[in-house]
Amino acid sequence: MKASVIVFPGSNCDRDAAIALQSVMGAAPKMVWHGDSELPKSDLILLPGGFSYGDYLRSGAMAAHSPVMHEVVRRAKAGTPVLGICNGFQVLTEAGLLPGILMRNATLRFICKDVLLRVERDDTPFAGHYKQDQVVRIPIAHKDGCYFADPGTLYLLENENRVAFRYCEADGAITEAANPNGSSGNIAGIYNNTGTVLGMMPHPERLIDPAQSGTDGAKIFASLVETLH
Amino acid sequence: MSGTADVAPEATGLSEELIAEHGISPEEYERLLKELGREPSLTELGVFSVMWSEHCSYKSSRVWLKKLPTTGPQVILGPGENAGVVSLGDGQAAVFKMESHNHPSYIEPYQGAATGVGGIMRDVFTMGARPIANMNALRFGSPGHPKTRHLVAGVVSGIGDYGNCMGVPTIGGETNFDPGYNDNILVNAMCVGLVDANRIFKSAAKGVGLPVVYVGSKTGRDGIHGATMASAEFDEDSEEKRPTVQVGDPFTEKLLLEACLELMTKDVIIAIQDMGAAGLTSSSVEMADKGGVGIDLDLDKVPMREEGMTAYEMLLSESQERMLMVLKPGSEPVAQRIFTKWELDFAVIGETTDTGHFVARHNGEVEADIPLPALAHAAPIYERPYEKREALPTIAPDDVQAPPSILSALERLLGSPHLSSRRWIYEQYDHMVMADTVQRPGGDAGVVRVHGTDKGLAVSCDVTPRYCTADPFEGGKQAVAECWRNLTATGAKPLAITDCLNFGNPERPEIMGEFVGAIEGMAEACTILHFPVVSGNVSLYNETNGVAIPPTPAVGGVGLIANIAEMADMSLKADGDVILLLGRETGHLGQSIYMSEMEDRLVGAPPPVDLARERVVGDLARGLIKACTVNSVHDVSDGGLLVAIAEMALAGQRGVDLEAAPEKIPAHAIWFGEDQARYVVTATPDKVDTIVDVAAVYDVPVRVLGTVGGDTMTLSGEAPLPLGMLRAAYEDWLPRFMTQR
Repeated sequence: MKASVIVFPGSNCDRDAAIALQSVMGAAPKMVWHGDSELPKSDLILLPGGFSYGDYLRSGAMAAHSPVMHEVVRRAKAGTPVLGICNGFQVLTEAGLLPGILMRNATLRFICKDVLLRVERDDTPFAGHYKQDQVVRIPIAHKDGCYFADPGTLYLLENENRVAFRYCEADGAITEAANPNGSSGNIAGIYNNTGTVLGMMPHPERLIDPAQSGTDGAKIFASLVETLH
Repeated sequence: MSGTADVAPEATGLSEELIAEHGISPEEYERLLKELGREPSLTELGVFSVMWSEHCSYKSSRVWLKKLPTTGPQVILGPGENAGVVSLGDGQAAVFKMESHNHPSYIEPYQGAATGVGGIMRDVFTMGARPIANMNALRFGSPGHPKTRHLVAGVVSGIGDYGNCMGVPTIGGETNFDPGYNDNILVNAMCVGLVDANRIFKSAAKGVGLPVVYVGSKTGRDGIHGATMASAEFDEDSEEKRPTVQVGDPFTEKLLLEACLELMTKDVIIAIQDMGAAGLTSSSVEMADKGGVGIDLDLDKVPMREEGMTAYEMLLSESQERMLMVLKPGSEPVAQRIFTKWELDFAVIGETTDTGHFVARHNGEVEADIPLPALAHAAPIYERPYEKREALPTIAPDDVQAPPSILSALERLLGSPHLSSRRWIYEQYDHMVMADTVQRPGGDAGVVRVHGTDKGLAVSCDVTPRYCTADPFEGGKQAVAECWRNLTATGAKPLAITDCLNFGNPERPEIMGEFVGAIEGMAEACTILHFPVVSGNVSLYNETNGVAIPPTPAVGGVGLIANIAEMADMSLKADGDVILLLGRETGHLGQSIYMSEMEDRLVGAPPPVDLARERVVGDLARGLIKACTVNSVHDVSDGGLLVAIAEMALAGQRGVDLEAAPEKIPAHAIWFGEDQARYVVTATPDKVDTIVDVAAVYDVPVRVLGTVGGDTMTLSGEAPLPLGMLRAAYEDWLPRFMTQR
């Protein structure tokens, strides 16, 4: 499997993502600078977390217009799996690969903590190592993570079963108390209509090793390797 | 080239008032005239004012700072460069420093705190190290003070936004609320970086005719006279000093970090210095002075953010995210290519000379021409008079009232501003980015894995200001000892400290007495604990209208864990484990949180610190951790023994069943006394005998406190306290305080 991690000015989880990929792939992914218009042949494209362009204008808005993003959009539309984590999710919405937008958290504050997620689907290249309705623990770290979309879009997402993860209680219940940032429908991550583009606010690359106090995040990378190798 | 300068004619004849406004006393001005051999131009006066400011020259503190031990086999580089360096073995080193940004943070909390974080990270990556952990030590006024909430919100948000954008985890810190900080908050930021020990970059510009290169952000009018402002006390008009506060741009700093580290892989940098306090002036003077050369700057080449800035403004601007470098001749294109890739300004703005002078030209005129020694070494050094205060009497436990219920008192203490959870603060800091955080905030120390290895770096920031107020010497000792203890409680071997010495006006003998006492106490503790000082910062004049802050010598320590598999934390691990106390008990309640919270008074001597005991008990605890004999470890500090146990219970989400306190000391003094050199540990029952035996060898008393289990805190003779209620008290105070209208 060949993977590419796109590096924007201000990306700061690019190394973490590369390490997570390497730990399951056994080989290092290609780090692709945002200014490159060429993208190596990739079975997976990963847009990492961070503060591309300092979150100026809007989170992800400027990165979405980087030279490399034209090629990312083209590949995504041709079916190459794309994973956007945190700022990468914001870039994917700004680039039009995923609907909706990530707004400022309801608390108006940055939040860094572990959250519980209910896995809504296990039939995608990203989630094969989870079970549907399983509750997993993965950290969030963001200020702009409140997922918002118009009612029509939300209806479509629900109807097409495109929600990937929801913030939940320990028993899987979807409650307001479990929602850390005010996201519509407790949405923590969504798919495109083919299930090949995933954007999520939580950081699976931060829990891949028991020393980090958990390994629930590793399963996303393991699923990808198994599906795409 | 320079020699005698044509100084702009209109600049001579400076009024006494103008000189005073620059913070230069009449005696200092006399000295300046002698050094320069003539009257200075306005620009030169500005240059002298920042270089001779307390902030840059350490003129009141220098003679005392020499008393601190700064050496040891682990020390690669002590004080004098941008940050200190200690060895981590295997050719790796940790670079770290703590610095204050007190004055700006009070005036403009968000930007003041943000740029404090930015500045300390620059100090670390200037030396070639990648920052891997941040910490901060914050002191705010009383929760009842009308400004406190605004200051907490702004400072925390500023620290978070800067560190989070940089992608460096903020892994802990400490926060106090005390009326003594009502009009002068303290924001002390610490950064730890990782570097190969043979790839450390320094600031001495050795060699003549070398290009001086400016990189990073453009220069604007922000922060002019920041260093001078930070060297004076506040009055009613302090708010008007807002223009002296710098404005931060963490995105640019992130680019600057990556660009500098990329350039450092090429063999082209001779010297590098960040532009912090006193900006271009201080960085160029320091580099030239350390290299034993002169420096010529052509200010017309400086990248500008706004038009029409004078030489005076350019030399004194404290615009952030800027670096000055001296490169090997001919290497400019290599360097420029890297900075262009990162979309940063790059300009050759001068060269090193053999004149021994600092020369700045602007629009064809020589605006400043000053012999370097006059700026770097001729700054006055003061041996200010000092008065030490008399020792306070030790308060007997019986002189402090017992509570109706020990567990109710515990609940009250844990729900107080002193001891309540700081979660509301640390959840605003990304503490997991870089994916190497192995102990998150809320424990004794934050721990990050040394990337790609099994080693861990433990970091802790400590000082107990109320002890320092009562007895600066014991307080200084205690700050160092508590830091050492917090690192030890993770299993780390403490390596070295950085310090941030925050005090009032040193021209007052009683303040100078606090400073001297604290330094002497710290020096003694550093010596006995083999815990030298490798970097630091002094912040004086933290006072308003003649009222000074409590003496606050903050200590930031770094320790090494050889293998993170052998690391300890404070959370209770398993039901049935036995809880034990290591260390001596006297029930010292003077200056305790219990006394403050229950009786609203703080009197008597603080708990004495027996440094030899401290070492023995700490070595015992570390040995037990390494041998995997104990399952959890927590040091006993603010609030005493029962608070320590409660924190362990909350962290592990397990209850405890405690035996009654021994009768020779009043129960409330046993549970809430703040005797030093103590740790609470837990172990499976079969290990207890081993612990008792080993402790006997070290001559450390061990007392069985009870067992782990259930979901309450249970103490014989009292109604059990459900953990849920305790957690509510502990977690509620800060968020409730911050959202009150």
